[in-house]
Amino acid sequence: MYRLEYRHVTMDFPASKGAGTVAAIADVNFSIADGEVVSLIGPSGCGKSTLLNIGSGLYPPTKGQTFVDGERVEGPSAHVAFMLQKDLLLPWRTIRENVMFGVQIQRHSRAECRRRADSLLTNFHLDEFANRYPNELSGGMRQRVALARTLAVDPTVLLLDEPFSAIDAQTRIVLQRDLALTLKRAGKTALLITHDLLEAVTLADRVLVMSRRPGRIIDEIKIEIPDREDPIKRRRHPSVEAYVQRLMNRLGIGHDA
Amino acid sequence: MSSVPASTVVRRGSTVSLLLLVVFIAMWEWGFQFLGVPSFIVPPASAVIKEGIRMWQVNHLLLHTGVTAGEVVAGFIIGSLLGAAIGYLLGMSATAEFALSPYILALQIAPKVAFAPLFILWMGFTVYPKILVAVLIVFFPVLVNVLTAIRSIDFDLVNLARSFKATRAQIFWNIEFPSSMPQLFAGLRIGATLAVVGVTVGELVGGNLGLGYLLVIGQGQADTPMVFVSILMLTLIGGIAYLGVVLLEGRVLHYARGRNRPPGQQA
Repeated sequence: MYRLEYRHVTMDFPASKGAGTVAAIADVNFSIADGEVVSLIGPSGCGKSTLLNIGSGLYPPTKGQTFVDGERVEGPSAHVAFMLQKDLLLPWRTIRENVMFGVQIQRHSRAECRRRADSLLTNFHLDEFANRYPNELSGGMRQRVALARTLAVDPTVLLLDEPFSAIDAQTRIVLQRDLALTLKRAGKTALLITHDLLEAVTLADRVLVMSRRPGRIIDEIKIEIPDREDPIKRRRHPSVEAYVQRLMNRLGIGHDA
Repeated sequence: MSSVPASTVVRRGSTVSLLLLVVFIAMWEWGFQFLGVPSFIVPPASAVIKEGIRMWQVNHLLLHTGVTAGEVVAGFIIGSLLGAAIGYLLGMSATAEFALSPYILALQIAPKVAFAPLFILWMGFTVYPKILVAVLIVFFPVLVNVLTAIRSIDFDLVNLARSFKATRAQIFWNIEFPSSMPQLFAGLRIGATLAVVGVTVGELVGGNLGLGYLLVIGQGQADTPMVFVSILMLTLIGGIAYLGVVLLEGRVLHYARGRNRPPGQQA
């Protein structure tokens, strides 16, 4: 059984000028197996984020269906959690309360919320900041809290939309390693949207390439490098360069004059 | 940007402020006399203090101040509760906002204090018309600020809550309501000072209680020190109301205290 599946998903938006519609994505088909991590790359504005919004059940597609754990997505699901480039921490909640946010919304008991939050805060080395407020933390730490909040609801599928693109390069490498390790240990399935080709290769089992608008999947590349839980080790693997080069070719980077 | 530490700014600033107060009172006491301004035009500070003591003993200054303060507090609380409640309701429904906005705008443009004679015709020389003017005048800044706050909420925050399967009520109490706090308090600050204006106008128009009534008496008797005392007391009431809002704001928005710290720098 697939954890996440897109079947003939098409999304049209009303055109900004005049009548008619603009196709954001057209007939997208792919599926992600249990425990698999898949990167999605493509040119800006090709509908990657739209795909993620559809998968999380926030917006219904114009045509086609998405499935999570074999069930058709007809609205937000407790099995799916998303994380964006923006950390979306609530400034009036402490770090612990922010991690508890999703669990509280899902009406778990206060003790259970706290237990989950505290164990995640320990995992992410954030214990000492539990009672601080988001504005006291650096960008990298805030994004770590956002990841903890995403994991706190114990989703089977994580949808990650450029989660580290606003983070400085050194912190990003550490966060990528933390994410990879967490996904591997917990056996989570993930769809990772990214602009960073190296990130796409080092974090994933498979990379999907999308075309310009209207976005469709134009290529699928299996990453045959071991140690998916350790992207820092993977970075040093000799075949990484060839994968990145292939993705660049596929996206037409360096060819368009 | 100046590199002077905050504590130094506070220390130096307070000293300058105090000095200015001394200079101001000295100018008031002797400056006008020196320039030949007669004391029935601008009474010196000492005369105003003397008049204040006389009014306390003879004119029930405390009673009048108490009545005005009570009206201000009642008008402010009722006006801001109504303004906030309707602001949130309109914020929830774009249709309701669209339908009601011309009327809200019309009422907002109408000078609220002009309603004072009407309210007195309706309700007589009681405290109620004064409270009602204050309610009306406080209502709008609170409503408009709340509405703007709800309209400008980051929709990704709402989507985050939705992705956890939040109900409409959960989205309101967990995202929209707390997000609106800074702007709600900005509205309340404006409202606290405007409430005094509303009540004073109401009292000027009719009745025999409150500082506005003392203003009318002072004017009728050409008693300038009495007018000055009344103005000072009204300012005091407004100041205390404003301070109350600021203190409450500090408690509610405590999490925003460190927001001026440069991003990425730890406490």
